[in-house]
Amino acid sequence: MKPSGRRLRGLFLVVGLSMLALTGCGTGKYIPVLSPQGPVARSEYYLIIWSFVLMIVVVLGVFVIYFYMLVKYRARPENKDYVPPEIEGNSRWESIWTIIPIIIVIALAIPTVAVTYNLVQPPKSAAATTATKETPITIDVISERWKWVFKYPGQNIETVNYVNIPAGQPIDFELSSTGPMNAFWVPALGGMEFAMPSKDLKLWLEADHPGTYDGRSAQFSGRGFANMTFKVNSMTQAQFNAWVQKTQQTAPKLTKQTDDQLQKPGLVSPMTFSSIEPE
Amino acid sequence: MLDEGPLIWMSDALITLATIGIIVVLTYFKLWKWLWDNWLTTVDHKKIGIMYLIAAILMLFRGGTDGMLMRAQLSWPNLHFLNADHYDQVFTTHGTVMILFMAMPAIIGFFNVAVPLQIGCRDVAFPYLNAISFWLFFAAAMLFNLSFVVGGSPDGGWTSYTPYVENMFDPGPGENYFIVSLQITGIGTIATGINFMITILRMRAPGMTLMRMPMFTWSVLITSFIIVFAFPVLTAALGLLLIDRDFGAHFFTVSGGGMPMQYVNLFWIWGHPEVYIVILPAFGIFSEVISTFAHKRLFGYAAMVVSMASIAILSFIVWVHHFFTMGAGPGVNSFFGVSTMAIAIPTGVKVFNWLFTMHKGRIEYTSAMLWALGFIPNFLIGGLTGVMLAVPPADYQYHNSYFLVSHFHYVLIGGTVFGVFAGLYYWWPKMFGVLLNERLGKWHFWTFMIGFNVCFFPMYFLGFMGMTRRVYTYPAGYGWGVINLIESIGAIGMGVGFLIMVYNIVWSARFGERDTTGDPWDARTLEWATTSPAPEYNFARIPEIKGRDAWWLMKRNGESINGPKDIPFEPIHMPNNSGRPIIMSLFFFIAGAGFIFSWWILTIIGLLGVLVTLAQRSFEYDDHHYIPVEEIERTESAAGRL
Ligand SMILES: [Cu+2]
Ligand SMILES: [Cu+2]
Repeated sequence: MKPSGRRLRGLFLVVGLSMLALTGCGTGKYIPVLSPQGPVARSEYYLIIWSFVLMIVVVLGVFVIYFYMLVKYRARPENKDYVPPEIEGNSRWESIWTIIPIIIVIALAIPTVAVTYNLVQPPKSAAATTATKETPITIDVISERWKWVFKYPGQNIETVNYVNIPAGQPIDFELSSTGPMNAFWVPALGGMEFAMPSKDLKLWLEADHPGTYDGRSAQFSGRGFANMTFKVNSMTQAQFNAWVQKTQQTAPKLTKQTDDQLQKPGLVSPMTFSSIEPE
Repeated sequence: MLDEGPLIWMSDALITLATIGIIVVLTYFKLWKWLWDNWLTTVDHKKIGIMYLIAAILMLFRGGTDGMLMRAQLSWPNLHFLNADHYDQVFTTHGTVMILFMAMPAIIGFFNVAVPLQIGCRDVAFPYLNAISFWLFFAAAMLFNLSFVVGGSPDGGWTSYTPYVENMFDPGPGENYFIVSLQITGIGTIATGINFMITILRMRAPGMTLMRMPMFTWSVLITSFIIVFAFPVLTAALGLLLIDRDFGAHFFTVSGGGMPMQYVNLFWIWGHPEVYIVILPAFGIFSEVISTFAHKRLFGYAAMVVSMASIAILSFIVWVHHFFTMGAGPGVNSFFGVSTMAIAIPTGVKVFNWLFTMHKGRIEYTSAMLWALGFIPNFLIGGLTGVMLAVPPADYQYHNSYFLVSHFHYVLIGGTVFGVFAGLYYWWPKMFGVLLNERLGKWHFWTFMIGFNVCFFPMYFLGFMGMTRRVYTYPAGYGWGVINLIESIGAIGMGVGFLIMVYNIVWSARFGERDTTGDPWDARTLEWATTSPAPEYNFARIPEIKGRDAWWLMKRNGESINGPKDIPFEPIHMPNNSGRPIIMSLFFFIAGAGFIFSWWILTIIGLLGVLVTLAQRSFEYDDHHYIPVEEIERTESAAGRL
């Protein structure tokens, strides 16, 4: 009989190596959480790595003891008559393995609390690609069934199922929902927040560079949920300004009819409007 | 029903055929009376335990089939094996069945099989109530499974978050099935909690102090407390939701001034302790199995008890970790993050105590032991990813992703399901007097264990790759396809493992080695002191307990379970069988159907039936009998214990 975890260890190795291989090539495209593209995602990524390192230490420690016990104390024909001693416990050893987890939890808890508090503030970006740090842009995100509506109150623009943002600038997403709850998630830029009816939740995100990132809903909301995806296009400040200007000149106004249409359940392709209130 | 498509028609046909088949077989072999007298009306905890376990295995099949359907649909991008609606129903029933109609009856089955025997008593505190608990669970499970073919299954996920599950977004009876059947099984579960709490606190054999109780009994006692405190919260949440849906109230609808978040809070105030309700008894089983097959007493008994108790308390103050991403503010998120991490401390203590139980032991790799040993690395992975999830900023990236899906399958399968399998192999001889086949048991273990890791380990990466739970399909180009395919292959491995177990059960029933000793494992606790299976009265004479691992001590001192030879037996007082629990649960079923379809006449008939059966009990005076001394002597001498 083989010890019961040897194959598991093999599996571990294979998966770990393939993970390294994946991080080497094309991580950005395939593993957005592990290749953060902005300060919010990056601070979350560091915590993920730190917690992972702590946990690996525990895994290795336990696995060593585990395999030692399984191999050393297995029943063999030679030790058939061996009568194991009745051991009640050992307070020294028991204290050691109470204290070690406490230390690990503390080592994890301190940065956790710090980052948790940081993330409710606008990200202080080190990678400011724009020369001028303007006031953050506010974008209202409304999850309808099953589409994402983005309103730019400052720019008087509304987009559906895609959102354009300037790179290097903190964006204040204000999330709400007209129907069931959804969760707004752009893994490359940072963790998610819920879009809930009658509640405005705030999510700060920022992209370092121009680029296009996938976003989706992470909270089940019915039939069209799997298709509730959107694109985040990060562009330079100049490109963004140009887009705003062009949209205001060429895009249609949001009509009452279209607005009603959007509120009905269903899937739509990306849309752009040059007003945020229906007329 | 007609527009449901071939999958549902096929299951309709299969269910009808299976039902007809069962009725024909029972009638042909004239088994109805036997079934009624011996099983359907029984109040014997051992038989009730067996019925719970059979039901749990059936539900494991059902929930597993759901899982296979999901894996089939997801195994490649853009598949159209299931449509969105069917997929939504399938993942909802998968989660609900696995947690409430598989894990719960399985662990409660072991409560019944082992606890009264372990504490040296003849029955649970309230045998009649125990039968009611079982039949309520059974009626609820049948009602829930009916949804698949009548009116459509619930499709809001096993958590059924409002406002999605309110009538305006999710009309039809499907969601009512979820609410009503959970409500019915919940009543039975609360009764079980009270029953075992009282049984353990009041009915232990003389000399069995709390600190001499077997570890499984300790885990059941603590679990019973969690049940009694947690389940009423679920009852309240579901009750309010049912009032919303059936009578147009607005507890959880925003349009009427309600608060959907309130449901989420209530659900998880129950839901988090619930995961400990199904894991702590598994911890108890592992403790028994590891110390039995390492042939050593459990290391650090007191620390094990203290850590279980602290896990139980902590389980009530961590529920917000299920919704860190719902805008609770950094103070709240930090508190619940750290309180969740703190659970790792007592859990770590337990893991090291199990490891050191094997230190200087002589480890026998039986099937039961393999499941207990397989549990340690798998649960470790599940538990440590749980700690990673407890970091709120990291959770913003994991929440509702496949990282989470993997985590809870590692704890629930690697913990609870492995525990159930360990318990089955361990207590099977005690339940049926036959040992399960060890060879097949090892095949079962390895196929299932490898399949399980192949199925769920890659999900951590899918989470990092941005895949969220509950998507019924995904486009090509994300790189998710191959990984999903590998997972589906792993799922097939688990399915094969399950089938080997079923084959093992059938094979062993016919050819299995009989246990004539009552103690096939050279075990330590009292349930192994009596015959396999135990007689109706468990112990001819209530044993005197002189220490922890009572049976081990008696064996070492050469004592008999029946005490010194010259003291005569006394007649034993036992409760009578009763058909009323099953009839009462039938009325609950009828009332439940009424609530589900808003057919109020049916509801009233059902509820009246419940009241009448309750009232009848109050006027029942002849509810017990005595087993005469001659019969005890006959049974004991047939077992060679005189
Ligand atoms: Cu599952
Ligand atoms: Cu939890």
